[in-house]
Amino acid sequence: MNAARTLYRKLVESHTVAVLDEQNVLLFCDLHLMNEYTSPQAFAGLHEQSREVLVLGQNVATVSHVIPTHPDAHRVIRDPAAALQASNLKRNCTRHGIALFDTNDALQGIEHIIAPEHGMIRPGMVVICGDSHTTTYGALGALGFGIGTSEVEHVLATQSLVYRLAGDMRIRVDGRLPVGTTSKDLILMIIGRISAQGARGHVVEFCGGAIAALSIEARFTLCNMAVEAGARGALVAPDQAAIDYVLARAPDISGDLRERALAHWATLRSDDDARFDIEHRFDASDVAPHVTWGTSPDQVIPIDGTVPAPEGARGASTEQALRYTGLRAGMSLEGLAVDHVFIGSCTNARIEDLREVAEIVRGRRVARGLRAMVVPGSGAVRAQAEAEGIAQLLVDAGFEWRLPGCSMCLAMNDDILEPGQRCASTTNRNFEGRQGRGAITHLMSPAMAAAAAVTGRITDIRRMAPGSAE
Amino acid sequence: MSDLTHRIEGIAAPLPIANLDTDQIMPKQFLHGIDKKGLARGVLWDLRFTGDGQPRPEFILNRPGYAVTRILLAGPNFGCGSSREHAVWGLQQYGIQAVIASAYGEIFFSNAMNNRLLAVLLPEDQVQALMAESAAAAEPLALAIDVEAMTVASPARTLPFTLGDRHRAMFLKGTDMIGASLEHRDAIEAFARRHWDAQPWVKDVAARTRARLDGVGEAPAPYAASASPR
Repeated sequence: MNAARTLYRKLVESHTVAVLDEQNVLLFCDLHLMNEYTSPQAFAGLHEQSREVLVLGQNVATVSHVIPTHPDAHRVIRDPAAALQASNLKRNCTRHGIALFDTNDALQGIEHIIAPEHGMIRPGMVVICGDSHTTTYGALGALGFGIGTSEVEHVLATQSLVYRLAGDMRIRVDGRLPVGTTSKDLILMIIGRISAQGARGHVVEFCGGAIAALSIEARFTLCNMAVEAGARGALVAPDQAAIDYVLARAPDISGDLRERALAHWATLRSDDDARFDIEHRFDASDVAPHVTWGTSPDQVIPIDGTVPAPEGARGASTEQALRYTGLRAGMSLEGLAVDHVFIGSCTNARIEDLREVAEIVRGRRVARGLRAMVVPGSGAVRAQAEAEGIAQLLVDAGFEWRLPGCSMCLAMNDDILEPGQRCASTTNRNFEGRQGRGAITHLMSPAMAAAAAVTGRITDIRRMAPGSAE
Repeated sequence: MSDLTHRIEGIAAPLPIANLDTDQIMPKQFLHGIDKKGLARGVLWDLRFTGDGQPRPEFILNRPGYAVTRILLAGPNFGCGSSREHAVWGLQQYGIQAVIASAYGEIFFSNAMNNRLLAVLLPEDQVQALMAESAAAAEPLALAIDVEAMTVASPARTLPFTLGDRHRAMFLKGTDMIGASLEHRDAIEAFARRHWDAQPWVKDVAARTRARLDGVGEAPAPYAASASPR
């Protein structure tokens, strides 16, 4: 008798080469993405052992983390160590014949933006990358998760991974997101409620009417940040929207193949009576724009809330976070002046994000004395924003319109904040020092970041009229 | 292999900070290598040093007696955040051989074990008891971890912990993970053939996509269909 299975179990079982023991399986990986900073030691290890890449065609690399984003015609990485990371990646890819999105490739970008936008992510795949935000691909019903460099080497050599099984968690979200809120606000709210380790050890399946109503790009944001609740993966069962997204970008899936793919993808859902180890329910109509006040993504409040007092089990962390962010218990975040606005990252640098930003900025200007940067997630996103007039609108309003990369999300390139600078940011982590030593990060949605850029302060987007039509 | 680990003994430094992320364990400015060298310096940089590079005397690892720390007594969710394995390499180069905490960031946990940095899981109240013991002692607390017996011993208590068979073997026998998986090579290749027969659209997806984008096939237009110009 077949027991009812979750989508997660189906994905694991359909990729299990061998059961190693009760906790571990040898898991086949369909797509392995690499970047310039977590792969070099893996290639070096492979070469030391005289091992080859087992299955070339399932591997792809991009220069994303250290790349400068200044809008130069030809990009030059001036830092010698970072330049070596990029040239080393190219050397490794050339040596083995691995597909690469190199520094000056027109389609270069953040791995989690370029892989889905060019149709490389397909429902039912297992996708891994030496980057924690690989959970993003759950939006298309693919099991994605981040790995370390030892595991990058393991995948290169074996196209598989020793995989410790995770638990099953389901998060159902019904209702409708109110106007002025996005999947970023939803996931920030969820992380705030279940904590930064609330999903630790589990793969989260998101379901419910509010999830079904999200665009695929909004689902990328949702699944991307599930890792900030400690999740080992995030999934949304692929529906028509996901299938349409993939087929529009995968011209190779046509004719008979298309019918076979559709038949397979229709099986990618949890059985009705499948059991989950943990279940949560949320109502999307409760969601307000959310902004982080602390130094962990779960230190977050609705814009109309107040900063909590340091008490209870989390008292010491709260106190430390307040000391770092220079805030006081009981205060509101609304009206808090910011020095910098950063719109970008694998969380929120897709075309829909930039359209939301443009909507707010239209007819307005970046506040005096504030620096605002927009770093599109990929060359294709940048080109599309330029074609739609978004880029010009942003430049005219006083934004810096940059070239693609991870940029100030983690400040591995020269896009870095000064100590004490306060930043409204569409990224995923507000850790101490993440955007620069002593710099303070407030995570929020693209629209909220745009509002902060034009007012100079953290502002409730729901109280702002849309930008003027002119 | 010669570097088998049956026992880890030494000074344990309490770091009672929840969600101590890998950005803090190994900051960005130390991630620009193409090898694993020179990472000891970067460990917990912002906590150990002031903005102008002076040691913070109050930070635990800078206090007298803690220069030879071998074990970290950490808060819950230690190593959350970024997947950077540099955090593990750096801790080891600094001299840390084990961490004791009630929970770890998932990727950090795998990275630690893959490098044989022992990540001991104990219930939070037991971690707190060890921290209290450390705080009450006149000298830095010394602990002994027996990997074979799976116990943590302090002067006051001996605490059992569990370790998966696979991870235990890595410490006691020095298993080469990749070598062990390559013994399944025939099974992997047979699996791949069946998998691609059933789902041909995933075979060579990276190489075929790159070739298509290079103009061998259709031109790329990921947003043309969905664009709504304003």
